[in-house]
Amino acid sequence: MTALDLSAPVPVPITKRGWFIRLVQLGVIAFFVVAWEVLGQLGVLDKFYYSRPSLFIARIAQWFGEGLGPTSIWNDMRVTLLETVLGFVIGTLLGVTIGYAFARNQLLGQAFDPLLSMFNAIPRLVLAPVFILAFGIDLASKVALGVTLVFFIVFFATFTAVRDVDQTLVDNVRVLGARRRDVTFEVLLPAAFSAIVASLRTSAGFAFAGAVVAEYIGSNAGLGRRIATAEAFFDSTGVFGGIVVIAVLALILDFALQWVEGAFSRWKPRREH
Amino acid sequence: MAAAISLHGVSKVYRPPRKRPYLAIERIELDIPSGRFVSVVGPSGCGKSTLLSLVAGLIPATTGEVTLNGTRVAGIRTDVGFIFQRDALLPWRTVRENVALPLRFRGHGDADRVREWIARVGLAPFIDNYPHELSGGMRKRAQLAQSLVVDPATLLMDEPFSALDVQTRNLMENELLNLWGASGKTVLFITHDLEEAIALSDEIVVMTAGPGTIKARYPVDLPRPRNVTEIRFAPEFVAIYERAWADLRDEVERSYKRSLEAS
Repeated sequence: MTALDLSAPVPVPITKRGWFIRLVQLGVIAFFVVAWEVLGQLGVLDKFYYSRPSLFIARIAQWFGEGLGPTSIWNDMRVTLLETVLGFVIGTLLGVTIGYAFARNQLLGQAFDPLLSMFNAIPRLVLAPVFILAFGIDLASKVALGVTLVFFIVFFATFTAVRDVDQTLVDNVRVLGARRRDVTFEVLLPAAFSAIVASLRTSAGFAFAGAVVAEYIGSNAGLGRRIATAEAFFDSTGVFGGIVVIAVLALILDFALQWVEGAFSRWKPRREH
Repeated sequence: MAAAISLHGVSKVYRPPRKRPYLAIERIELDIPSGRFVSVVGPSGCGKSTLLSLVAGLIPATTGEVTLNGTRVAGIRTDVGFIFQRDALLPWRTVRENVALPLRFRGHGDADRVREWIARVGLAPFIDNYPHELSGGMRKRAQLAQSLVVDPATLLMDEPFSALDVQTRNLMENELLNLWGASGKTVLFITHDLEEAIALSDEIVVMTAGPGTIKARYPVDLPRPRNVTEIRFAPEFVAIYERAWADLRDEVERSYKRSLEAS
């Protein structure tokens, strides 16, 4: 066997194997959790402020054991996710429609440009109290905050994608016999769609963050509310428990969207969309 | 024989926003008889692509009249095949879907016809691939199939092979001549490559540096069928090349000087 034998198996070094990398990743997490626990047990980290993994893991287990009532963690997760989905869907629809209209109508785009830039420059989270005053402490104010966060991401993605669409593609389909409607559905919207899919994870993440923050500021249900309540009782274990649940949900959401993104961009790396 | 493409007194002024307007082509007079393969050569910036866009109706002429297959050009013409210099396939559609587009726009999908044309340009094994999975030459083949599937009487080609490497380009040129062969189609072919122009055409038109006007026309009486790789060594080829190059060289120099002054 020589070095040039292409059929010869070449061993993959252990540092490049998937299971080994996963193991290292888990090890890093385990290290910090254990360090936190040990430092807590030794009294280096004050339990009052920093709680301990063993405490908040037990708390999370207790929450999930409490059943499905209106004050349960299941209901909190349902409320937060519902707000996220609504904020995401409404924000995306608005962003696509207005982004498309502005890209196609130059005067419209120019007329609204300063207003939109100004609105976009406001850190949106400071609008949360405004929305709570305007829409109350229920679902609507959380959705509204999510919408303003998602809208701008999708709006700019759609706007740039449609405005900068390759003119050669448009000219080509027109010579091939495309009518206005065909240009829209065959060229402009697919170009916008791929930009939206690319921004999907960012915008969904923002919708989720918007829902949690608005709940934290004023609400009667949801994961943000759960953290705010724990904080009010100086219950750091409850706060960390809530944060961990939110982090895990966000992670699951991101994995799901990564899969969706892959499924819709097969024409880029591989096949059919 | 009636002219398939004719331009009379055609000029085009571009007025880019916040820039000085400029004259791209000036009072062009050109008649191309039906069934001829005519190439337009000229230095970069001489308005040869503008000429083609005017014939296809992609842009309107500032003055003069463009006639295509007996009717005046006013708006985009869908009775031509147009091969763009840049990639024009929809990246989110497979070869099969791209080639089927003109048929779908006309409201009659014909799967057999699509498959037949994809096979004719040698892409049968790649029918369900996306453009990004093909080489540059293969994408040009797909574009040819896409344009020819509706059997247009006229083929307008805007430096279609300029982005390809030399070997692939020669293959594609021969392929084009085979497809064109006895089809009777009129071809207006834009290129900056004089060799390519002579090897492919029945006639070449040399344009001046911008604003583009027609400087000279040379008939190319070389026998067909031709092999573009071999015909370059024929004495008649060399003779035409030398005469046309004498014209073109001055224009290339003028164009180059002007680009230096502008920068």
